[in-house]
Amino acid sequence: MENEHQKDISKHAKAQSLWNKELIRFSLRQSIAKLSPRQLMGNPVMLVVEVGAILTTGEMFRYLATSGQGSNFIFTLQISIWLWLTVLFANFAEAMAEGRGKAHADELKKMRTDSPARKIVDGKIMEISSSELSVGDVVAVRAGEVIPADGDVIQGIASVDESAITGESAPVIRESGGDRSAVTGGTTVLSDEINVVVTAAKGESFLDKMIALIEAGVRKKTPNEVALSLLLSGLSMIFVIVVVTVAPFAAYSHTHVSVTVLVALLVALIPTTIGGLLSAIGISGMNRLYEKNVIALSGRAVEAAGDVSVILLDKTGTLTMGARQAATLVPAEGVDAVDLAQAALMASQADETPEGRSIVALCQSKYGLEGKSEIDREEHLFVEFSAQTKMSGVDIGARQIRKGAVKQVADWAGEAIEPQLTKYIDDMSRSGSTPLLVAENKKVLGAIELKDIVKEGIKERLSTLRSAGIRTVMITGDNPITAAAIAQEAGVDDYLAEATPVSKMEYVKSVRSEGYMVAMVGDGTNDAPALANADVAVAMNTGTMAARQAGNMIDLDSNPTKLIDIVEAGKQILITRGALTTFSIVNDVAKYFAIIPAMFVAAYPGIEALNIMHLTSPKSAILSAIIFNAIIIPILIPLALRGVKYKAKSAANILRKNLFIYGLGGLIVPFIGIKLIDMLVTTLHLVSLAK
Amino acid sequence: MTWQGVLQIFVLLIVILPIGKLLSIYMYKFLDGGKTLTDKLFVPIEKKLYRFIGVNSSSEMAWTRYLFILLAVNFIGFVVLAILIALQPILPWFNPQHMGRVPFWTNINTSISFITNTNWQNYSGETTLSYLSQIWLTVEQFLSPVSGICIFLVVVRGFSRSNSKTIGNFWHDFVRTIIWLVIPVSFISAIVLLALGSPDNFSPYIVAHTLQGAKQVIAQGPVASMTSIMQFGDNGGGFFNANAAHPYAAPNVVSLLFQTILGMSVPVACVFLFGKMIKDKLQIKPIMAVMGVLFILGAFLMYHYEATGNPALAAHGIHLASSQNYEGKESRFGIGTSTLFNNTTTAVSWGSVAAANDSMTPLGGLIPLFNMMTGEVIFGSWGVGMVGMLAYAVLTLFLAGLMVGRTPEYLGKKIESFEVKMAVLSMIVPSLAILILSALSVAVSAGKSGIFNLGPHGLTEVLYAFSSGVGNNGSAFGGLNAASPWYSATVGIAMLLGRYPMYIPLMAMGASLAKKQKIPANAGTFPTHGILFTILLMGTVLVVGVLIFFPALALGPLAEQFAAHAGKLFG
Repeated sequence: MENEHQKDISKHAKAQSLWNKELIRFSLRQSIAKLSPRQLMGNPVMLVVEVGAILTTGEMFRYLATSGQGSNFIFTLQISIWLWLTVLFANFAEAMAEGRGKAHADELKKMRTDSPARKIVDGKIMEISSSELSVGDVVAVRAGEVIPADGDVIQGIASVDESAITGESAPVIRESGGDRSAVTGGTTVLSDEINVVVTAAKGESFLDKMIALIEAGVRKKTPNEVALSLLLSGLSMIFVIVVVTVAPFAAYSHTHVSVTVLVALLVALIPTTIGGLLSAIGISGMNRLYEKNVIALSGRAVEAAGDVSVILLDKTGTLTMGARQAATLVPAEGVDAVDLAQAALMASQADETPEGRSIVALCQSKYGLEGKSEIDREEHLFVEFSAQTKMSGVDIGARQIRKGAVKQVADWAGEAIEPQLTKYIDDMSRSGSTPLLVAENKKVLGAIELKDIVKEGIKERLSTLRSAGIRTVMITGDNPITAAAIAQEAGVDDYLAEATPVSKMEYVKSVRSEGYMVAMVGDGTNDAPALANADVAVAMNTGTMAARQAGNMIDLDSNPTKLIDIVEAGKQILITRGALTTFSIVNDVAKYFAIIPAMFVAAYPGIEALNIMHLTSPKSAILSAIIFNAIIIPILIPLALRGVKYKAKSAANILRKNLFIYGLGGLIVPFIGIKLIDMLVTTLHLVSLAK
Repeated sequence: MTWQGVLQIFVLLIVILPIGKLLSIYMYKFLDGGKTLTDKLFVPIEKKLYRFIGVNSSSEMAWTRYLFILLAVNFIGFVVLAILIALQPILPWFNPQHMGRVPFWTNINTSISFITNTNWQNYSGETTLSYLSQIWLTVEQFLSPVSGICIFLVVVRGFSRSNSKTIGNFWHDFVRTIIWLVIPVSFISAIVLLALGSPDNFSPYIVAHTLQGAKQVIAQGPVASMTSIMQFGDNGGGFFNANAAHPYAAPNVVSLLFQTILGMSVPVACVFLFGKMIKDKLQIKPIMAVMGVLFILGAFLMYHYEATGNPALAAHGIHLASSQNYEGKESRFGIGTSTLFNNTTTAVSWGSVAAANDSMTPLGGLIPLFNMMTGEVIFGSWGVGMVGMLAYAVLTLFLAGLMVGRTPEYLGKKIESFEVKMAVLSMIVPSLAILILSALSVAVSAGKSGIFNLGPHGLTEVLYAFSSGVGNNGSAFGGLNAASPWYSATVGIAMLLGRYPMYIPLMAMGASLAKKQKIPANAGTFPTHGILFTILLMGTVLVVGVLIFFPALALGPLAEQFAAHAGKLFG
């Protein structure tokens, strides 16, 4: 029941829409709380706006107390309101992004409760609390029990419900040895019993790390974000001086510029749009990854994903279907193809492996044979596959049919394979396929070609990556000849054949030493050294603890193709940031044309020539610029949270497009926006319209 | 405007490009261990010089050590200069005119001015300084541009080197540039100037009686040799107060054009040298294009506004046969050549003038002012102009580069927070110095009293002085009591801020880049050699300049121009 509930939340949180009611309520509350200057310290641009808002609010009260300042009071009141709104809008954007992350973290926290653990000490079982476990302890977990801590299965096999973490309802198999031995604390064993050695102490578990990450993603800035913040602070500082020096220049020119107008100019100039949305962009980028079921263990890794130039992909499961599929049947000389198919079908009836099923499917579709349901199973005595015999089959009375590894089946039959068939079998091996031999009653009938089939659409996907400057490398344990054949079929740029843990790591190192950033996916312990050396290392959730610890991202779905999504998500964050920065800065041009003539027209009437938007009055011009400056933030919140669309294309193409939209757009949009707002301000007579 | 006047802008660029390219090949050779024809002559001198100073020219230095020696050499130059000028009344040598005491602030200002390659002169050379003082000024005119080359080399090595903790050897760069480049070229060009009619002597001044019967003192001096290094080194500090407008400094148009080419040669060569050093000639194109287009735009606009003349005349119903604004121009050169020269000497951080900027129309005067406000990157001075442009390139890439979805990189080097910090710092300090010092000057009485013209023109004069100081340009607008203690001190500060706090961060950036691994380019790399980057870079230079200075310019030259259209007069 508990798990059902958690699953619901998880699904719910992932599907939440942008304008979820609860989220908005949370964000509204937070945007007020974030007005505290201590909170704004991390965002100098917005801090400047807040200080400005305080100044104009003071001015407003001064005008209120002075008689004959009605027009100035009305103006300053509205400027103050819009300045406060500017800060609130920025806070709201950040709170929206945080709120979405927080929902994920909360849902994970619910799992982090203490659970009873059955610790094995000297062969005896002790009942303790999960919080008392330490690294190296061994616990026993039965069906229906919650695994008390992160660990590795050292004995037994069990199906485990990991839906609370992955949101995936299908149970997964966890067994000792091999690459599927890692279990996560908080998940539930559904069947059987396993013994688990604890690998992470309380507070350092996978779950703890995930919660910490999602929460920390809210606060910790990534390297590019730090650099961008520096630039924005620098610009803000420059504009503060620009505006402060306007006062003496104006005084020299025998004109007076009020504090309100100076603050308005300053707020219009500093990059409030990007300053207000910057943290939202970063946080929502992490959230987008989470929605794809990827947990980034550091923001740095997400950004690095955008910079990746080389992707290492495992052949099996990523580029190919993983399970080999029966492709052709080759009968031995003098054997009828249908007889071979019949034997192959019967030998595979009880074989529930994907390979076995594919043989059945092939025999049915290609040779029109009956399905297994027609065959009376009672008479059949199935021989299971074992690692020793390397073959499986069936005995039906006197008929003994076997299929399996070429050498073993040939030995079993005690008959040499005729030369023609041997040639076919060799060809199969060379082209990357696996040959199986079929024999009946000491006679070799023929061979089945099991082919590693390249996934549909993978070639197209890899070629788009190539146009974006990303090289793909296939990693495989196959021999170089086989590897080359599959590499060509899948359309990868390079391959690493006969890969060993050391050769994988060396490969990663050598690519990195050329200056490229490398991403790779791994699940096994033998991937760990290479993962530890890669810039973006995605560990499968089904993988071993060693792989998980070496990775800087965890893919909860354990879908190796997702590496491509991760790279795209990384790029998207950077693009969104760059686009809004450019937009924000070129906006200033229009704001200058609104505010400068308004400020100085009293001193030099000729400056009215710069009022190219023909704004009604100085007050309406300044108010319109400030309103535009404020409302552009909420207008762009959806863009910040969703990210600028990214399609793998060459940098030059992407740049041209984004520059057109956000550069040129950023130049033109405010001219139109300010003019429209001015028309509205004029119609509603919000401020004095006197020239 | 005449078509010849417009054509000469393009002719100048067409002539200067191959010269700059040839010069860059030569510079690359003697700086990067290649062989030059002059080695036989110069290598023994070089070796003796190293032995004399007692330095090793082959050991690589960390940038901090490099910088320390550079600053020390600059500082020693400052101290020697300040002492020589202070002791001028009592030193017995080379002072036939018995030049007297120089005011303290003028001394400090002048000494800073010449070590920073500014050559702001708030005194009249021919009536203030002894020949001995002038000689040491000339020594600094040799040394200060070379300091710029050293800064350039450090920054460019940041891009050309990988995984390197060192940044070159100061003595190697400094001494070789002097021996191989500065001395021979200025020697040859002095002879050319001599041939073109400039005098060169240490004689007492000549007293002439004019046809009207008045007495005129005609200053003498080492004019050809001083003009040679003043123009070649983009110093701009001439022997005469009238600078290149003086008949001895530029006796004719040919001489003036020769001087223009001389002054532009090394800044243009530095762009080519950058391409050679990073071994990627494609990268030269956008930078050269941005500099070239801004140069042409400036020259054209300035020429246009001067040829159109003062709008106030028409506003007052005064209609002349030719409306051209001839006030303050040398009639020997005419409007086209005068404006081209003044545009060149402000685009290149040079500061020599052939016409009075104070007499330009408001917008005509805005051009040289804006040339300097952009940070002297339109060719700029020796080395540092190119360095400033690289800082703009780094900023451009950081702003727009994120839009391709990668950590911004330039020339294969990642631009991270340290580089951004340094580039922003180098941008903040000089622009703020101009604004704050100008604002103070129009606020305090010491500053206000030194402004000779009322209204917006006065503000332009103040802005120009500080832009010239910060830009290490040295060009004067005029109309300002620059010799007053207030302006001597504040412009002195401006010159220091525009040199050291502007370029030291960029040297640090270079050193940080040198440590980084180079990232090979691929389809995902932001392309920095095409038209798109050219437009972006130009946009950044213009937008940054406009955003920072628009309010000030609106109250200065823009207000004045609009007022002139309306016929309003000030004062």
